[in-house]
Amino acid sequence: MTSEPQFTTDLEPLPTHAFGHRSLTWWGIVAFFLIEGTAFAVAIAAYFYLMNQDQAWPPPPFLPPDLLAGTLFTVLMLLSEVPNTIAKKAAEHEDLKPVRRMLIAASLIGLALMILRAFEFASLNVLWYQNAYGSVVWLLLVLHTAHIATDWVDTLVLTALMHTKHVSGRKFVDCAENAVYWRFVWLTWLPIYALIYWLPRLAG
Amino acid sequence: MTAKKKKPREYLRDGPDFTGAPLHEKLSETWRDGPGLIGWIKSVDHKSIGKRYLVTAMVFLALGGVLAALMRLQLSGAEQEIIGPDRYNQIFTMHGTTMMFLFAVPVMDAMAIYLVPLMLGTRNTAFPRLNAFSYWMYLAGGSLLWVAFVLNIGPDAGWFSYTPLSGPEYSLGKRIDVWAQMVTFTEVAALAVAVSLTATILKKRAPGMTLARMPIFVWSILVVSLMVIFSMPSVATASGMLLSDRLVGTQFYNSYEYGDSLLWQHLFWFFGHPEVYIIFLPAAGFVSEIVQAYTGRRTFGYTAIVLALCATGLLAFGLWVHHMFTTGLPRLGYAFYTAASMAVAIPAGIQIFCWIATIWTGRPRFMVPLLWVIGFIVTFVIGGLSGVMLASVPLDLQVHDTYFVVAHFHYVLIGGAVFPLLGAITYWFPKFAGRLMSERLGRIGFWLSFLSFHATFFPMHIVGLQGMPRRVYTYPAGMGWETFNLISSIGAVVFAASVALFAVNMLLSLRKGERAADNPWGAPGLEWATASPPAPYNFAHIPIVADNSPLWNEERPVAYGLRVEDREMIVTTAVEAWPDVREPSPEPTAWPLIAALATTVLFVASIFTPWALVIGAPPVAAALVAWFWPKRHHEGEPVIE
Amino acid sequence: MKRAAPLLLVLCGAGCGGSQSVAGRDGVQGALIGGLFDVFLWTTAAVYLFVLAYLALALVRGRRHRRDRAGAQGEPAAQAERIWHIGLIAFAGATALILAGLTVATWLTDRALAEAGDAAPLEIEVIGHQWWWEVRYQDPVASRIVRTANELHLPAGRAAHITLKSTDVIHSLWIPNLAGKQDLIPGRIADLSLHPLRTGVFRAQCAEFCGLQHARMALDVTVETPAEFARWYDAQLVPPPAPTGGAALAGFALFQNRQCASCHAVAGTPASGMVAPDLSHVASRRTIAAGTLPTTRDNLMAWVADPQAVKPGNNMPKVPLTEAELAALGAYLETLK
Repeated sequence: MTSEPQFTTDLEPLPTHAFGHRSLTWWGIVAFFLIEGTAFAVAIAAYFYLMNQDQAWPPPPFLPPDLLAGTLFTVLMLLSEVPNTIAKKAAEHEDLKPVRRMLIAASLIGLALMILRAFEFASLNVLWYQNAYGSVVWLLLVLHTAHIATDWVDTLVLTALMHTKHVSGRKFVDCAENAVYWRFVWLTWLPIYALIYWLPRLAG
Repeated sequence: MTAKKKKPREYLRDGPDFTGAPLHEKLSETWRDGPGLIGWIKSVDHKSIGKRYLVTAMVFLALGGVLAALMRLQLSGAEQEIIGPDRYNQIFTMHGTTMMFLFAVPVMDAMAIYLVPLMLGTRNTAFPRLNAFSYWMYLAGGSLLWVAFVLNIGPDAGWFSYTPLSGPEYSLGKRIDVWAQMVTFTEVAALAVAVSLTATILKKRAPGMTLARMPIFVWSILVVSLMVIFSMPSVATASGMLLSDRLVGTQFYNSYEYGDSLLWQHLFWFFGHPEVYIIFLPAAGFVSEIVQAYTGRRTFGYTAIVLALCATGLLAFGLWVHHMFTTGLPRLGYAFYTAASMAVAIPAGIQIFCWIATIWTGRPRFMVPLLWVIGFIVTFVIGGLSGVMLASVPLDLQVHDTYFVVAHFHYVLIGGAVFPLLGAITYWFPKFAGRLMSERLGRIGFWLSFLSFHATFFPMHIVGLQGMPRRVYTYPAGMGWETFNLISSIGAVVFAASVALFAVNMLLSLRKGERAADNPWGAPGLEWATASPPAPYNFAHIPIVADNSPLWNEERPVAYGLRVEDREMIVTTAVEAWPDVREPSPEPTAWPLIAALATTVLFVASIFTPWALVIGAPPVAAALVAWFWPKRHHEGEPVIE
Repeated sequence: MKRAAPLLLVLCGAGCGGSQSVAGRDGVQGALIGGLFDVFLWTTAAVYLFVLAYLALALVRGRRHRRDRAGAQGEPAAQAERIWHIGLIAFAGATALILAGLTVATWLTDRALAEAGDAAPLEIEVIGHQWWWEVRYQDPVASRIVRTANELHLPAGRAAHITLKSTDVIHSLWIPNLAGKQDLIPGRIADLSLHPLRTGVFRAQCAEFCGLQHARMALDVTVETPAEFARWYDAQLVPPPAPTGGAALAGFALFQNRQCASCHAVAGTPASGMVAPDLSHVASRRTIAAGTLPTTRDNLMAWVADPQAVKPGNNMPKVPLTEAELAALGAYLETLK
């Protein structure tokens, strides 16, 4: 080394964790959103591409999916944002009791959603191998299910973790980021819900 | 390794009171890998991971090169029967697949993983365990492919596997399933690296290193990482759809059930075109760094080059239909893609102008890396110009799927990516290994490679125009193609030998090369402020920068106050790079390997039964939970284990 | 065309204007594309020489540069840099202009190609199979439809419109002497316009990897005078003569009773298999097995004896035959003119 270092900035006063875009975890989650969002966009593009081939949509004699399970799912998903936001804010205030309560609530809601999702698969009125319409509808639903399942497991793990002695500032950051992931899960659901349940009815 | 925790505020930290040799000892103890094979397996050190990526990628380069030699042997004469059609079709598929998925992208990832933290003045990447995981996934995917090939169930429908040929009806057995799942492995690996590098570049730069002061190579990796994020999901989804067509009867690509085989082409090439720029842009980054060191001046046109990199990255997503000009899509659409495909030559041209201007106005030292840069310019421009021809629909209608295209892409991939890569490996070898590569062997190797490359690939332009299609295991006598094919084949053998010579140079230099100082080239970047090779912790004190050529200034301002007995780095703000948070960095761990093994079992088994997805998922989930679950309770400041 | 002569010399190396060559320019489309290629070749060559010259000068100038002070690093003075900035803008602008020009040239050629077509072209349908070409000449009168395989006859000076289909995987029909290529994609119908300018014998080849025998999927193209074409066409409409002579008759019997007739068709006989090439006039074709072997009695026999040895993996099975049976079949097939 040619010159001696000049010590100009003391880093010790800096915190060891921070929320939102100040945390690396946030950047990881956002990158994940971009990746999965692109995958969804590709699947949606495939949906429109196949729809615009020369045929009715769904191709006869298939009917569009039944509305009940999917609509119940959507309503519950949107409602789940309430405990989700409460959990996020509590985490940002590092307030353990509400975080624990909301995580348990989220775990239970996740269970209910997974059950509704099973009913959705059963009421699609087409199977994945019957034609490309069926294939792409199942693709969209399976992709989304993978995400909600992953976030649900993530939530279960965090619920357990926040009931142990490992609670720390960084774990509150993880809880806040999990809440952000949940938003991705229902935000991506909305266009898919529209495509699976409504577009075939409107396109006719 | 972790000392007993004292009360907070009594951590040992670096600073004016704790510097020099005692600091080096403590930091080394904290940051180095454990001993032996176990230590190597558990490593999360970006330098170790970068090196293993590099070595593995070069092994695949060699394997892909052997396949090329076999192809050229079969094609050296008309109507030869050295290799039959089935084997040949596997060989050309494996050659393309190996080079594109297992060499070209991973080798750029290797260089980036190794160099980016050093260039940014930090001690490790963000998400180092994710990087470790990505390596094992890459290795698993490559192994899957090659084991299948050795067992004679290697894919045989080309590296881009068009449907319906690659679909369930016309490709029987598991060959294409192996290919499609290998794509999943390598895409997961590349995406993981892209996430890690993006977070590193945006959040872990040295204080004072604003975006406008980043090295150009780092810019190229940032652009490339974002391109990976937006392009690879397309091929991953497409190959997943192909797997499901083949394994569970979906009809995505089956035009008899409302599907479409052209859907595959769109989804593949939406990834495939950005892919080639993902390979080229880091090479352009190498060139900017090399040229600056060997001319003694900052690369001319920093802003223009950065804008050119960004423009290329964006434009690359609007070109993919130029791979489909013969499929009968609407003419008006084609016209747009011609214009866009021509336009992408402009940012490339801007960079070429700047690099040559740097040489002109600098004081060039013609050491081996600069020779590779010159060879790159001479070669890549030819490839770019044949690309301009291919961009024109009428011309493409004649030369698409002929040896003209084969010539074009080898000119841009070898000339445009491999030449800069070999220069870059030579240039940074002292940093990787602490020794210099042999200048003499390097020169001989360069000239051998350069001349034999042109001998091999230039004639292909001509045979393509003379009517020789690509992907043919033999050709008839009397077409006038024999002479040029023979020249290409001879050139190929010499070219392979020249690459082998490069590898020999690396191996010999590792043992006997001249020992290197910290900064043998007098280059300006932060990576040259570390030892050769760097200590496990990279920088004893985090450097602060004031411009984009820090080592060409007299001062060495540093930040201090990080913990010494636990792994700690800083996170800075994304644009201005103010120090923001003290971030613990993960300790070595075997969980990335275990998670990768579980994922490998899941992916490979799902080629044989869809139930593997259900049965294989819990072990993967368990491994991931174990990865993140805290191993010990730490009072006070955080430690990640 | 005269300007292109030196280029053609460069391109042709060993064997100019071959039967399967872009340099041939034997059709309207091929000639238009060829003209565009000349424009691109000259332009890109000039650009390349400019870049090489710039690089060479830089290498020379760089070497001669004197240092301002020992061990100096950094850039030249701001004044000098300005010239380079102007140079950069000029270079980028020139690049953009040249590319724009080439794009315009492309569009003009594209339009010319789209407009090159007769009101009443010859209508032909080509259907791609693994690894042979089914060719049908369309006609509103059903009895005037001609069905053949692996060959294309065209009258010089008249436009032909080819409809392209595929029954299995993606193929691509490429007749470089006449025009660019078009893909044959299952589930889609594509079009290829041809307009041969002069007579000649050409070769086409599949240009999209279609499996094991992609390399041996060629097509004989004969462009002849309108009179010769009409004669050929009329000959195609007439079924082949009934076989006479012991060997040919025996061969005919074998053809019916062994597997042959289940895949192949011969007009005027009960054999009407549609999944393999129509053999009605096979002996009048230049080659067999999609351009793999010249049509001679020996080659016909070699092919029938063991198609898997000639073209491994193709869809014609090896039928066990004795020497005598083979000879008889050879005699019969030779009569199919």
